[in-house]
Amino acid sequence: MPFALTPERERTFQELLTRYPTKMALTIPLLQLCQEQHGWISEEVMLFVAERLDLSAAHVKGVVTFYTLFNQHPVGKHQVWVCKTLPCALRGAYDVLHQCEKKLGIKAGETTSNGQITLRTAECLASCATAPMMQVDKEYFEDLTPERVDEILRRLQES
Amino acid sequence: MLKPTEYLTCVYGLPSGHTLPVYEKHAYGYETARRVLTTMTAEQVVAEAKKANIRGRGGAGFPMGIKWSFMRPHPTKPAYLIVNADEGEPGTHKDRTIMERNPHSIVEGCIIGAYAIGAHVGYIYVRDELHLSKARLNEAIAEARAKGYLGPKPFGSSWSIELYVHSGAGAYICGEETSLLNSLEGKRGEPRLKPPFPAQVGAFGCPSTVNNLETMAIVPTAFRLGCEEFSKLSALHNLDDGGVRLYGLNGHVKKPGVHELAVGPTLRELIYDLGGGVLGDRELFAIIPGGSSTPVLRPTDTLSAPDPGSKLHAWHGKCVLDVPLGVDTMRASGTMLGTCCVTVLAQGTDPVMAMLNLMQFYHHESCGQCTPCREGSGWLDRTVQKIFDGRGTMQDIDALHEIAGNVMGNTICAFGDGMAMPALGFVKKFRKELEAYVRGDTKKENARLTVT
Repeated sequence: MPFALTPERERTFQELLTRYPTKMALTIPLLQLCQEQHGWISEEVMLFVAERLDLSAAHVKGVVTFYTLFNQHPVGKHQVWVCKTLPCALRGAYDVLHQCEKKLGIKAGETTSNGQITLRTAECLASCATAPMMQVDKEYFEDLTPERVDEILRRLQES
Repeated sequence: MLKPTEYLTCVYGLPSGHTLPVYEKHAYGYETARRVLTTMTAEQVVAEAKKANIRGRGGAGFPMGIKWSFMRPHPTKPAYLIVNADEGEPGTHKDRTIMERNPHSIVEGCIIGAYAIGAHVGYIYVRDELHLSKARLNEAIAEARAKGYLGPKPFGSSWSIELYVHSGAGAYICGEETSLLNSLEGKRGEPRLKPPFPAQVGAFGCPSTVNNLETMAIVPTAFRLGCEEFSKLSALHNLDDGGVRLYGLNGHVKKPGVHELAVGPTLRELIYDLGGGVLGDRELFAIIPGGSSTPVLRPTDTLSAPDPGSKLHAWHGKCVLDVPLGVDTMRASGTMLGTCCVTVLAQGTDPVMAMLNLMQFYHHESCGQCTPCREGSGWLDRTVQKIFDGRGTMQDIDALHEIAGNVMGNTICAFGDGMAMPALGFVKKFRKELEAYVRGDTKKENARLTVT
């Protein structure tokens, strides 16, 4: 089925169009709107973006495959990112990751069998002074302790 | 010397500190932009800005005023101000605090900057993960626009200014300025060859200035104090490294955090006076002075400036912990100042494991455009992994040196150097530890990055 934006997102898109001198500049913002709605970037989404911005599908696919945060496959309803780069690793990020893997019963990169949670590792999320940290969807959780990690995951599983 | 200041951080702890009423009450909100736009010409602003000696806060340390002066009015094309808030250098966590807690300083700085370089439109490129930062910036822009500080005639002047937040999509490389421009234009974030420089051909083929976010945020303060006075706050004013900036502390220190200080504190002051010392009162093992791309230092390293004519000669032979942190002093110490966010490693940290962590990062983030970087990043990662796993040979250690050496200077952008320099730094400073893995004296089962 062809993809289309909800009326509200369509309005956002129209407003964004006024901000840039070219349509191509909307590639990332429009893909983000689409992903917010659809959860991932399917082939239909890429064709939709290409058509709305007068771009080739190849250009859009090139952009999608370049950036880490575009999901090229369906993912869980919630995204859990554990930062594993050095400053966090010095403060126990590997332990946080292992705790998440154990509690969720999946490895980094996998999604729980009920499709609710995808666990991923992230490269530095600019939270080094409050390490270790994890990001759940759009929210940062910092200065983590094993107790807090348990609490965060428990709430997420219950939601 | 440690000289704490509060020009940017004065609203950090206040309730609703990120809002316009607090900015106006406690931080001279928009008074400076008003004065600049209504009493100075763009040329005067650029001339004044040069006196501030603001070295770019993104890591390269290029003087902001000089960068602004590269902008020339184009007969047909508009100019753009681009603000780089793609904060992603491992160990760097300063820009986020400004966006979250004092976003109006950025908006005000952008008004002054856009006016100076002749831009009517500015884009603040923020990495996607920083959702709170983007929300706070958008809020601040809306507040400023409602007051008429942005839009058609700010402060009754004739210079219209619009400011937009543009979100990245998860790519460290987009912190490189030309890659950021490609990303803003809706392309893959692959760096461009320079020249042409952004001041000639920048965003959308038009003259553009790309400044780091902290650089822009401190602009109102510099102009309020008078740019020369601002520069003189720094202990390194005579090295053209002026003013105040944010210093970050992370890793194995007792009190990690972000502090605003006059330029020129020493690492010892940062780690022991502000950071409360090393975790568990352990010995200091190593320091990464300004983000992972700046080569690692040992506490025994010294500054080298043997030429008596050098302005740095006074510190020649001095322990790197006791040298004022500045762009030039760190360069003479065999590393770089970078983003001024210091990562501390305590005794007991495994340096090979730390190196592996960083090489995994660069391998993941290499954009793949240039062969030396694309192949070299994977090769470095795999070779350190091999050594760490106990399968390495002495030749592998030399290979690390050779691979990194072959990346250096052979790529379009600075990412290659930013990966090769720390790799070479680790091989040089921790060769004994690498050899211990090869001989089997150290085993990865016992390796730790955490200390208690």
